[in-house]
Amino acid sequence: MKIAVTSSGTDLLAAVDTRFGRAPKFIVYDLDGETFTVLDNEMNLNAAQGAGVQAAQNVVRAGAGALVTGHCGPKAFRVLAAAGVKIFTMESGTVAEAVERYRRGELVEAKAADVEGHW
Amino acid sequence: MIIAVASGKGGTGKTTVAVNLARMMNERVLLLDCDVEEPNTHLFLKTSPKKSEDIVTIAVPEVDESLCNGCGECGAFCQYHAIVSFGTVPLVFPEMCHGCGGCARVCPKKAIREVDRRIGTIATSVSGRITLIQGRLDVGVTIAPPLIRAVKARLQKGIPSILDAPPGTSCPVIATIRGADAILLVTEPTPFGLHDLKLAVDMVREVRIPFGVVVNRAGSGDGRVQEYCEGQDIPVLAEIPDDRRIAETYSRGRLVVEALPEYRNTFSDLWKKTAALAAGAKD
Repeated sequence: MKIAVTSSGTDLLAAVDTRFGRAPKFIVYDLDGETFTVLDNEMNLNAAQGAGVQAAQNVVRAGAGALVTGHCGPKAFRVLAAAGVKIFTMESGTVAEAVERYRRGELVEAKAADVEGHW
Repeated sequence: MIIAVASGKGGTGKTTVAVNLARMMNERVLLLDCDVEEPNTHLFLKTSPKKSEDIVTIAVPEVDESLCNGCGECGAFCQYHAIVSFGTVPLVFPEMCHGCGGCARVCPKKAIREVDRRIGTIATSVSGRITLIQGRLDVGVTIAPPLIRAVKARLQKGIPSILDAPPGTSCPVIATIRGADAILLVTEPTPFGLHDLKLAVDMVREVRIPFGVVVNRAGSGDGRVQEYCEGQDIPVLAEIPDDRRIAETYSRGRLVVEALPEYRNTFSDLWKKTAALAAGAKD
């Protein structure tokens, strides 16, 4: 299974970015193969609106079954939930730590959006 | 003739210029309040009871799930992500929909029909020779251009019209100024005023509509706005002095041209120059 992590950089030592829709990058980590790819989110970073919805679609298309991020707004949550992507949150740490904590089952699954939508 | 009153910076005096210009007209004039997120022209005009109040809607998609095959064409078409599909029945976000109808057109299964979503109202009232047409976006609605276009659909050929634009240089402003014969950019002689004036000038040059500048609170700040206009060959059509009595008049919701008759010429001259600017472009 693949998990997507919102990231401030392009490798596993980069810090988890706590924003979802406007995170600079997504690291899509393959838990079985222990490899990862980097999704650029630059386009959404500067979007006037709809960043969360677009980012959620990108995560779904990348084939991720779970997402680790800091916060998730209502529209992105709806898209991810509809596609069956589970959302886990953490406040700080590196992408590698996020993957490790996910593996160990230490992250709590978000059952609802935890921030308001922005415009 | 359609004159739009715009500015980069907010609070420079767009509404002051628009309402006082309208009041100085010797004939019937339409005043369109296109600042639909915070309309305020009515505060300065004693108007008759509302002649009408119309509800404005936009068409948003509704999906018939029994017809949808999850092809995803709708979501691929929508650049605002108001409809999202990935091999499943689409999710619709009506609050992000701009009402273009594209998703319904591209749907091969005809599974999408459009339903009305209310976004705001347009009130029409009369004050002397001024017919005030005022758009008001509903609280919580974020997409102003369709309402602004609905306000402008009430323009009437042959009746001079003044459009009070929202501040800034984004979509609602473009929706307001598009189709105008001339644009007045109201600014103030401060660094902020100059900075945002430059943005506004770039914007109006893009839409290729003749424009001039009105310097409000002239005498405060410095001379850089005037120097900039001179260097760029932009006509300064009026300077409204930094007169405390004007601010007091405004704060009481009164018109400068009524409370301070010595300024009547400032506004009637401004109208003449603006009309000349608009007419010059047509020749």
